[in-house]
Amino acid sequence: MNLQAEHVSDVLVVHVMEDRIDAAGAIQFKEKMRELVTGATPVVILDLSQVAFLDSSGLGAVVSVLKLMGPDRKLQLSGLTPTVEKVFRLTRMDTIFTIHRTLPERVRHAG
Amino acid sequence: MPDDRAVSGLTAPSTSDATRIVIPSDPMAVRQGLKALFQSLLLRQLDEADRGKAEIVLAEALNNIVEHAYADGAGEIELTICVNRQGLDCRIIDHGAPMPHQELPSGTLAAPEDLPEGGFGWHLIRTLSEDLRYARIAGQNQLTFRLNTEQSAA
Repeated sequence: MNLQAEHVSDVLVVHVMEDRIDAAGAIQFKEKMRELVTGATPVVILDLSQVAFLDSSGLGAVVSVLKLMGPDRKLQLSGLTPTVEKVFRLTRMDTIFTIHRTLPERVRHAG
Repeated sequence: MPDDRAVSGLTAPSTSDATRIVIPSDPMAVRQGLKALFQSLLLRQLDEADRGKAEIVLAEALNNIVEHAYADGAGEIELTICVNRQGLDCRIIDHGAPMPHQELPSGTLAAPEDLPEGGFGWHLIRTLSEDLRYARIAGQNQLTFRLNTEQSAA
C-alpha cells in the first residue's frame, strides 16, 4: 500500500498511489494511515484520484481512520473516481465527509 | 467452460457467451480473479459505469464468501458469468458454511452518522443487482443475480 504524505501549510495531504483499496489491502491502508495521522495537523485530505476501485472493506477502513482522528480533527476526501463515488453515495457515507472534486488550490504541491 | 471469444458486433449470438473462473478463498485471489475477468474479451467491452457496478457487486459477493462461508478454512469459489442482451447473469458457488438461517442478509444500512465500519456489502449487492437469489443445494451455496447493463455488452 503506497501512500505519499506531504504537509502543505496547515494541511496533511495523503496521496493514495494505488488503483484500489479493497479487502486485500484495507488492513494495510488502515495501519499506514494510522501512522501518518498520529500527531498530524487538524486537517487531513485523502487524495483518492488514483483509486479506481474501493469496496466495502476499503470504505470501512476510511471510516475507521476518520474515527481514530477523533472529533476535533477533520478527514476530507478529494478526487473520487466514478466507481468510488458510487460506493460512497449508495452507502450514504458521502454525507459524512467533506469531499473535494479536486485538491483545493491552496494545498496543491508547487512541484 | 472458460470462453473468451470476441462477440461479433453484427450477429447477436443466439445463446449467451459465458466465462467461468475458479479461485481459492483468499482476498488476493479475489482481486486477481476480478482483474482477469474484466480484462477478458467478454467483459472488456463494458462501459465504465457498467464495469464499476459489476466490479462492486462481484467483489462484495466474493469477499463475503471468503470472510464468512470459508471463515473456518480454505475452499474454492466458482464464478460463472453469461453475457446477454440484458446484461450479465452471474452465478457464484462455494462449498463453505451456509448463510445464517439459509437466507440472504437484509443489507440494512446503519445510520451514516453512527460511522459504521461495515455492513455495506449486502446493501450494495441488493441495490445494484436484479433477481438476487440464494439457495443451499447439496452442501453448496449458490448465489445468482443479474446485472443490467446500460448498453448491450454484446
